[in-house]
Amino acid sequence: MADLSKNIETLREKKAVIEMGGGEAAIEKQVAMGKLTARERILSLLDKNSFHEYDMFVKHDGRDFGMDKKDFPGDGVVTGTGTIFGAPVCIYAQDFTVAGGSLGLQHARKITKIMDHALKMKCPIIGINDSGGARIQEGVSALAGYGEIFYRNTIASGVIPQISLILGPCAGGAVYSPALTDFVFVVENISKMFITGPNVIKTVLGEDISMEELGGARVHAEITGNAHFYAKSEQECFEQVKRLVSFIPWNNQERAKNIEAKEPSVVMNIEDVVPSDPKQPYDVRDVIKCIVDDSDFLEVQELWAANIVVGFGRMGGETVGFVANQPMVLAGVLDCDSADKAARFIRFCDSFNIPIITLEDMPGYLPGVDQEHAGVIRHGAKVLYAYSEATVPKITVILRKAYGGGYIAMNSRHLGADFMFAWPSAEIAVMGPEGAANIIFRKEIMAAEDQDAMRQEKVKEYIEKFANPYVAASRGFIDSVIEPKETRSLLLHALKLSILKEEYRPNKKHGLPPF
Amino acid sequence: MEKKEYVDFVVTARKYKTLLTEKYKQRPVWKKPLAGDVISHLPGTIVDIKVKEGDTVETGQLLLIHEAMKMLNHVVAPVSGVVTHLDVNVGDKIAKNHLMVHIDPK
Repeated sequence: MADLSKNIETLREKKAVIEMGGGEAAIEKQVAMGKLTARERILSLLDKNSFHEYDMFVKHDGRDFGMDKKDFPGDGVVTGTGTIFGAPVCIYAQDFTVAGGSLGLQHARKITKIMDHALKMKCPIIGINDSGGARIQEGVSALAGYGEIFYRNTIASGVIPQISLILGPCAGGAVYSPALTDFVFVVENISKMFITGPNVIKTVLGEDISMEELGGARVHAEITGNAHFYAKSEQECFEQVKRLVSFIPWNNQERAKNIEAKEPSVVMNIEDVVPSDPKQPYDVRDVIKCIVDDSDFLEVQELWAANIVVGFGRMGGETVGFVANQPMVLAGVLDCDSADKAARFIRFCDSFNIPIITLEDMPGYLPGVDQEHAGVIRHGAKVLYAYSEATVPKITVILRKAYGGGYIAMNSRHLGADFMFAWPSAEIAVMGPEGAANIIFRKEIMAAEDQDAMRQEKVKEYIEKFANPYVAASRGFIDSVIEPKETRSLLLHALKLSILKEEYRPNKKHGLPPF
Repeated sequence: MEKKEYVDFVVTARKYKTLLTEKYKQRPVWKKPLAGDVISHLPGTIVDIKVKEGDTVETGQLLLIHEAMKMLNHVVAPVSGVVTHLDVNVGDKIAKNHLMVHIDPK
């Protein structure tokens, strides 16, 4: 008995040393940068007392350049398991205080081991990135480590949710693990992500750019679209992660956890949110808040491609994904970025059994040389692909405009929508009335004495004939024309009806979405 | 809610009131490329120049060697004609999209 207590004492001492990571001086530096340590981050994220650490005693592999004489506690990464709101998760956090969080072979092995564990246990994997990059002294072994992580990210894709937090530098090859995961979280002044850093750019190009301007949190949240959630502090970031985890299932064989249903808490009249003039803007998120339980909506990629809104809410306690055109930004057009954003979100929902509700109000595609040359055809096609491929319940509500290619793309009946609702204000037509009238009545307009007056008259004629939901409804392309205030109850009805939905696709190795 | 600065935005002949994104405002403006312009596609260093202004060159003829991305890239004439503009010297570090040479096509 006495011996065992001595052994326990030794274990505690060993653990205490390792838990100090790179030691006091390094921790002070980390704190000075406004950052928490790897273990603090994990403990902030997980349920209290739920963290169990793995592989504390792993030692690094470096034999060259005097590395054999150095000791790196935990080899610069903390890994383990825990829970978030009771949901099991596997987690790793790179420890910048130990050799700059640099990735050597054993560091990578700890990560791939916990990833394998997550895949086997069918629970989400969360990676916290804070690393100077490859441990150069280990040479190609470090590269091997990255490659093995990327491989597992890919294999786990669509099986378990994968979440990345960028809480420090994440540069060069290291960026590709987050890029392969489902959701990337960044924090102002802390996250730095790029392939080639400012130093190289300065040397080669002579261009002076700061890390923040090149690959800071805001840049990835607003310009590149590499990040999905943007926070002002690490604590806010952890709250966002927990909220996301509460909305999504543990794996692709489960449904998201059902919670108690609540009525929307926002007291807005849904009819007053949407102006009757189809040219006037409004915030489509207000419509979502009128529809979802407790008016609780978790927006994904809020700052990037804001002309489309995607995110999670609950209907009758069940998680649903929303895809909605945003008339307030760029008139709600589809373009390269918004198509990429919508398509990826739809594919996430489909992979993880989350029904998709589409709110449509869009005038068409963004015109411009830059769009055409950037491949808006290829990008736009992703939306068609993602909706057609999805077998989860797919419900569309056309609020106002549904013109041309946009009508087809936004989860139309023709792409397999299960329920098609339209408000009486819906305008389902091949293009906007002005454009259509200019073509159909070209001769009449040209021949008229007062061309503008004739054009106005013909636009009016077109609006009366086609700018409504009834032509599409007469073809059965719309199931029902509904009053706006019925929207929530009919969506709940549609979701209830589709709870056992089964739809099969031909067997294939995999499809070929237009990347 | 704060007052938003909505602007007019035209999509298929119809004018909508909406906000613009920063990325949209800063989108690149397309310029018609001039035949005979030789532009750097990568940042790098000029290590050798084989022509001078006034020279007549043939399509495919070596104009200069541009070291970029650890490679000695051979830059050749896209068209036959006369070199009317040469804006590089050996040793120059040049940026991407730098107009290095212009050839007046024959």
